[in-house]
Amino acid sequence: MWRWVHKYGSPPVFYRISGRLLPWLWGLFAILLGWGLYGALISSPPDYQQGESVRIVYIHVPAAWNSMFIYVAMAVSGLIALVWRIKVAEIVLIASAPIGAMFTFLALVTGSLWGKPMWGAWWVWDARLTSELILLFLYLGVIALHGAIEDRRTAARAVSILALVGVVNIPIIHFSVEWWNTLHQPATITKFEKPSMHIDMLVPLLVMALAFKLFYVNTLLMRARGELLERERDVKWVKELAS
Amino acid sequence: MSWGRAFVALARRDLTIAFRRRSEMANPLLFFVMVVTLFPLGVGPEPKLLANMAPGVVWVAALLAALLSLDGIFRPDFEDGTLEQLVLSAHPVPLLVLAKVCAHWLITGLPLLLVAPLLALFLGLPEGAMGALMASLLLGTPVLSLVGAIGVALTVGLRKGGMILSLLVLPLYVPVLIFGASAVDAASMSLPIAAQMYILGAFLALAASLTPVATAAALKISLS
Amino acid sequence: MAEYFEMGGYGFYVWTSYGIALVAMLATVWGARQRHRRQLARVVRRQKREQAGKR
Repeated sequence: MWRWVHKYGSPPVFYRISGRLLPWLWGLFAILLGWGLYGALISSPPDYQQGESVRIVYIHVPAAWNSMFIYVAMAVSGLIALVWRIKVAEIVLIASAPIGAMFTFLALVTGSLWGKPMWGAWWVWDARLTSELILLFLYLGVIALHGAIEDRRTAARAVSILALVGVVNIPIIHFSVEWWNTLHQPATITKFEKPSMHIDMLVPLLVMALAFKLFYVNTLLMRARGELLERERDVKWVKELAS
Repeated sequence: MSWGRAFVALARRDLTIAFRRRSEMANPLLFFVMVVTLFPLGVGPEPKLLANMAPGVVWVAALLAALLSLDGIFRPDFEDGTLEQLVLSAHPVPLLVLAKVCAHWLITGLPLLLVAPLLALFLGLPEGAMGALMASLLLGTPVLSLVGAIGVALTVGLRKGGMILSLLVLPLYVPVLIFGASAVDAASMSLPIAAQMYILGAFLALAASLTPVATAAALKISLS
Repeated sequence: MAEYFEMGGYGFYVWTSYGIALVAMLATVWGARQRHRRQLARVVRRQKREQAGKR
């Protein structure tokens, strides 16, 4: 197994293979997205309570799921980077952060747009939205810390610790915010009522979620390739690539 | 040197240094008082509103005062090279970190506890909630020091470390804030606070056992 | 057709959500692509300079 890790952890192999896979991955993404959007916007029924606004869920929920998934992916790469000092793991960690932040932001904005027609306010301190907001700060912290440290490898290691501390804290923060929300729930409903998931709604949701995950992988690979070229510009394999 | 003696020696050193600059110890305290004073000025003096807000306001102010004082855990030692010596010493770094954080809490966290009743008075917090306020601060402020130490360790080598520190540490403070303020709030309505206290206690146990390791790792990285 | 776009009165919210998602995701991909291209161009330029220097 270690030979496998070392082989794919090796920058030139990673670069080459990701380059060859990307067109196929994008093709797959296009198919999934098309299928998901068809389901989300056309074939799935409106919710009997929330009407057509429920269609926002097909963006909001996959984005929120991605925001968590990417943070965990960052923490795992951080752990690998810290323990085994694998360069590609460091790069995956750094390249993932802005993508994760984007999805968190998207979850917040779509959550807000979903909430406004339902509850009349652009922002409510709902448990899930509040947790997403804190998650956004965690992402911004990772990005800021990495930007502030000059040496790339030191920066990657520092950010690994931050990501690991963050990932341990996320369940604690979730639990605390849930608790806080149930405590302060006023008489009027401020919880986002998840529409009861009919199979016609579940399938497009899962397809969109899968499409979003694939989007993350694709953009991650692209960012990682750019980052790799920058860091390894003095190394032989890059020079051979250029000529 | 045995672990126990190393711990005591380092903690004692930090306390001695802090006591030599007693006036500096007052800064976070004054900040704490000032922030709490600003709220009535901002929202109006209506007693019911203030009493309602009191648990949250006192806790947020305590949090901010703790944040402000965090820099002092490692920066002075970083600047004169002592930190490097500590990290290179034969003793386990997490132990040394724990000693420094304990000393830091005694210098900055404990005084907050002593001033808190005064502030509760300013905001009209009911007498029954005073005990909960002290207890929640007693359990919560060490967690703030312990978790904050990780942030300081990560940013100690940076020039503008202070700005990033807040961004790194405040999200991690949210659970302590929620349960601390909730305990005081519940007590002011004569509701039970056992759940909040147990959870705060659990946070303290978790923080005391895990954060020194993370802080030690962060220090080694910052000093490399 | 127009009725479809109205989305039962929620048209603004639904389409803005999908619109923002589209813009954000396009921007992310575009940014990643630009970065990679820039780095590749730099590396190629550097290589050319070094080759020229060797001659």
